[in-house]
Amino acid sequence: MKIHVEEDKCVGAGQCVLAAPEVFDQRDDGIVVLLDVDPPAAELGHIELAVRVCPARALALPEA
Amino acid sequence: MGCPFDHTQFPVPRDGVFTPSPAVAPGPPQQVKIWDGSTPWMFTRWQDVRDVLSNPDVSASNLAEHYPGAGEGFHEVRLRYPTFVTMDAPEHGRLRRMLTQEFSVKRVEALRPMVEEVVDDLLTKMLARPAPLDFVENFALALPSTIICRLLGVPYEDAEYFQSRTVVMASHRSTAEEATTAARELIDEYLGDLIDRKIADPGDDIYSRLIHQHHLTGEITRHDVKSIARLLLVAGHDTTANTTALGTLALLVNPDQRAKIEADPDLVPGAVEELLRYVGLAHSGARRTATADIEVAGQKIAAGEGIIAVNTAADRDASVFADPERVDIERENAREHLAFGFGPHQCLGQNLARAELQTVFRTLFRRVPTLRLAVPLDEIPFDDMSLNYGLDALPVAW
Repeated sequence: MKIHVEEDKCVGAGQCVLAAPEVFDQRDDGIVVLLDVDPPAAELGHIELAVRVCPARALALPEA
Repeated sequence: MGCPFDHTQFPVPRDGVFTPSPAVAPGPPQQVKIWDGSTPWMFTRWQDVRDVLSNPDVSASNLAEHYPGAGEGFHEVRLRYPTFVTMDAPEHGRLRRMLTQEFSVKRVEALRPMVEEVVDDLLTKMLARPAPLDFVENFALALPSTIICRLLGVPYEDAEYFQSRTVVMASHRSTAEEATTAARELIDEYLGDLIDRKIADPGDDIYSRLIHQHHLTGEITRHDVKSIARLLLVAGHDTTANTTALGTLALLVNPDQRAKIEADPDLVPGAVEELLRYVGLAHSGARRTATADIEVAGQKIAAGEGIIAVNTAADRDASVFADPERVDIERENAREHLAFGFGPHQCLGQNLARAELQTVFRTLFRRVPTLRLAVPLDEIPFDDMSLNYGLDALPVAW
């Protein structure tokens, strides 16, 4: 599963980290960092929530 | 379109503590009339609010000719002391990113022991006093004020002073002169003096880091630093205080929901999301202007027209939240509320707010199991004429 991350759009709200802590983290400056570039299918629900709650619409699941 | 004199005056007074007026029920976009006589477009449905707040042709700048300011006084304060809240990319991102690290999930997690200590300490003090007492003054307002003071590096002895200035700045009833006088006292005098003290004697706090890492390096002016400190100080106490008071009230009048939390503290994080949705704090909505001709929900908005996205109305949208007028702490999708807004301007301090509220509702009914209202519900003074909704007092006993 590939996740599309637009770092420039990220506003550091941390919502992805709360939704899918195994997949997303924040750098020291608060900006999103992908912990797992190819997360397992079991994470899909969490990742979909992260995509939905990201206020900056910086995340996407291209194949979805 | 009807005659402009038919437009609803916004904001609209509530029908009850937790009952918004039907005039702001989720529905198609419509024009409303605000304090300056202008008629911005109001968006109330969940999907529309998300779409409009993340539309790249919608600006948060308050410099636009038809920007729908949130009240005469507060609009003037924001013009004189601008922060990234009323800026667009790229300036918005440049300034906001100076602070994102302070409120990241990891940083806020590390603050939890401090938050727990403050909550416990305030409850111990409250329980040592005779009941009934005002829960707002003794707990709900004291908690976030103490915490933002510690984080920002502002002496807590001065809390009463900045709280009183905040009330005047944020009231829809304040004139421009009243609000800017309060702002000048708080920002230019009080927060300005504090800059000099932190230049000479920096502390381990956000204000010192802003000054030393971003102001003295020439990235932002002294005026910017003061204005950002005002934003953090006000946003850091007023919002969480009112959500704590309103959330507590919601649980006191819904004993079945309170019993669930008491029986299973693991329900607290979900309960906090539901309370954020339900209490409808930021009822003034997000103020924007279209920078190009756009179409949202089938409605054409012309370039330059004002927009108010009412996220608290969206949080009562029955197409997203089933039975939205009911507080249900186990609501599966409560997390999709828009209480912190949406788009690039979504609340910077939301993770701190969550940590504070989660600690409150994990601790309050355990420490004060007999907590109850000391007056009938209809005698509780609520304030729906401020930027954020709140309670002027919440008399409780135990």
